[in-house]
Amino acid sequence: MNDELQDLYQEVILDHNKRPRNFRVLDGGRQAEGYNPLCGDRFTVYLQIDNGLIKDVSFQGSGCAISKASASLMTESVKGKSIEEAKATFDEFQKMLTGPTDAPTDNLGKLTVLAGVRQFPVRVKCASLAWHTLKSAVDARDEVVSTE
Amino acid sequence: MAIAAAAQHSTLDVKTLREDFPILKQRIHGKPLVYLDNSATTQKPKAVLDALHHYYFEQNANVHRGVHTLSGRATDLYDAARITAQRFLNAADPREIVYVRGTTEGINLVAQTWGRANIGKGDEMVLTEMEHHSNIVPWHILAQEKGARIRAVPLTPSGELRLDELEKLLNERTKIVAVTHVSNVLGTVNPIADIVRMAKKRGITVLIDGAQAVAHTAVDVQALGCDFYAFSAHKIFGPTGIGVLYGRAALLEAMPVYQGGGGMIGRVAFGNITYADLPYKYEAGTPNIAGAIGMGAALEYVMAIGLDRIAAYEQELLAYATQRLSAVPGLRLTGTAAHKAAVLSFVLEDVHPHDVGTILDREGVAIRAGHHCCQPLMGHLGVPATARASFALYNTRDEVDVLVKALGKVHEVFA
Repeated sequence: MNDELQDLYQEVILDHNKRPRNFRVLDGGRQAEGYNPLCGDRFTVYLQIDNGLIKDVSFQGSGCAISKASASLMTESVKGKSIEEAKATFDEFQKMLTGPTDAPTDNLGKLTVLAGVRQFPVRVKCASLAWHTLKSAVDARDEVVSTE
Repeated sequence: MAIAAAAQHSTLDVKTLREDFPILKQRIHGKPLVYLDNSATTQKPKAVLDALHHYYFEQNANVHRGVHTLSGRATDLYDAARITAQRFLNAADPREIVYVRGTTEGINLVAQTWGRANIGKGDEMVLTEMEHHSNIVPWHILAQEKGARIRAVPLTPSGELRLDELEKLLNERTKIVAVTHVSNVLGTVNPIADIVRMAKKRGITVLIDGAQAVAHTAVDVQALGCDFYAFSAHKIFGPTGIGVLYGRAALLEAMPVYQGGGGMIGRVAFGNITYADLPYKYEAGTPNIAGAIGMGAALEYVMAIGLDRIAAYEQELLAYATQRLSAVPGLRLTGTAAHKAAVLSFVLEDVHPHDVGTILDREGVAIRAGHHCCQPLMGHLGVPATARASFALYNTRDEVDVLVKALGKVHEVFA
């Protein structure tokens, strides 16, 4: 297989696409909807925040393997983090996808499996959709987030 | 029409024709380009590129404005392209050919002029579930403004229009039937002449969205009997940003003007303005002169080959591609109408169309993945998106084989 394709569709990503983690509705907290009108990817991110800490986070919806796996990995990554930490992670994650190639990834952990996306500029928005939606849920803006 | 032609044996020398399209020679990710996104836009033959080149190198001037030689030259070419378009559609009169930016602008023009003058509160506009957003949104805007209502003809499971349901939707409140000639997702060729007959029995105006039809089937607006027919040049090997709205002269004469500006006026005095004759009445501002000339070259190119021969060849390609794709494990074709253009939309079990698109791209195969500007249709099909391979006269059976092999790669990745 093509090396770049192999980088993009790593085992971990395919696994999270097939068996997304925290793929459920979470009642009683904040939520936001993210939508990519160009491709029709659509996710809802649910959030429970307690004292500035992300107590629980989940998502629902449909999209390509990259957007779904990214959403799944995101929920694992930010659960238990403070809102500030989650925002810093998003920042670092975005830099990994679009910033300089030597941008630090120290705090990304498992999220680095998505580094291959940077070889596919048209797919960056797939990987970042769930994160933009999370941000919107944190800010509790009651609107549909779009990555277009 | 495409169907009658399909009975003939195709005689296209595609290998030679491909030489006319320089872009097809390139490699993508080290693989020969297999361009199967023709419903989105087609590639351009040298004849069109040369026409654009010559225009800007040797003929560029504003049209209908100057007394100088270059302006005369540009005007002649610009007007000649209109005659070509008239011949291409078999319109009765070149005054019935209005240059627009494309199909979308053509439909907006009709909605904003004819529509605003003829559609009122409680009136109904009949569309279909397979329409492109460009044949939905302009009518929606009009409906909101006027308090009118949109009705949509449902589809059969194979993706054909339910003509029995259309018949039921037509009533004394129906003012227009706006329907696509060929579906950009399903490939369905709609029975336009039948639809026009049903509408005309009740005196209802008919607009045809020809965007996906013109490159694949001969169009005769007089035989179809429609009132409006719109298409874009870039879907038929011409440049982007130019297209044609055909309208019956009597309607175009009666309709209010569209945009105001230079070129569309008779006399201007503050407080008293008269408008130009057809078709200039609808063509405000300096037009897309190069685009019109390029479109003329594209239409000449297609007519020289012959749309019947193109249709026959594409029907063979469609039959082969349908057979090969149907045999791919886990692949489901969406759109299996009896009368189809060479468009194959499909979904692969457990793989999102975007992932299919990315993997095929690495094999040099360009397809479209997404909702194809047909969200109501996606809702009807029960999928968020499809992958779509759409063919043109320069595609080959070998390219179908490459597509099928590339789909094998998708299975490899998502095994």
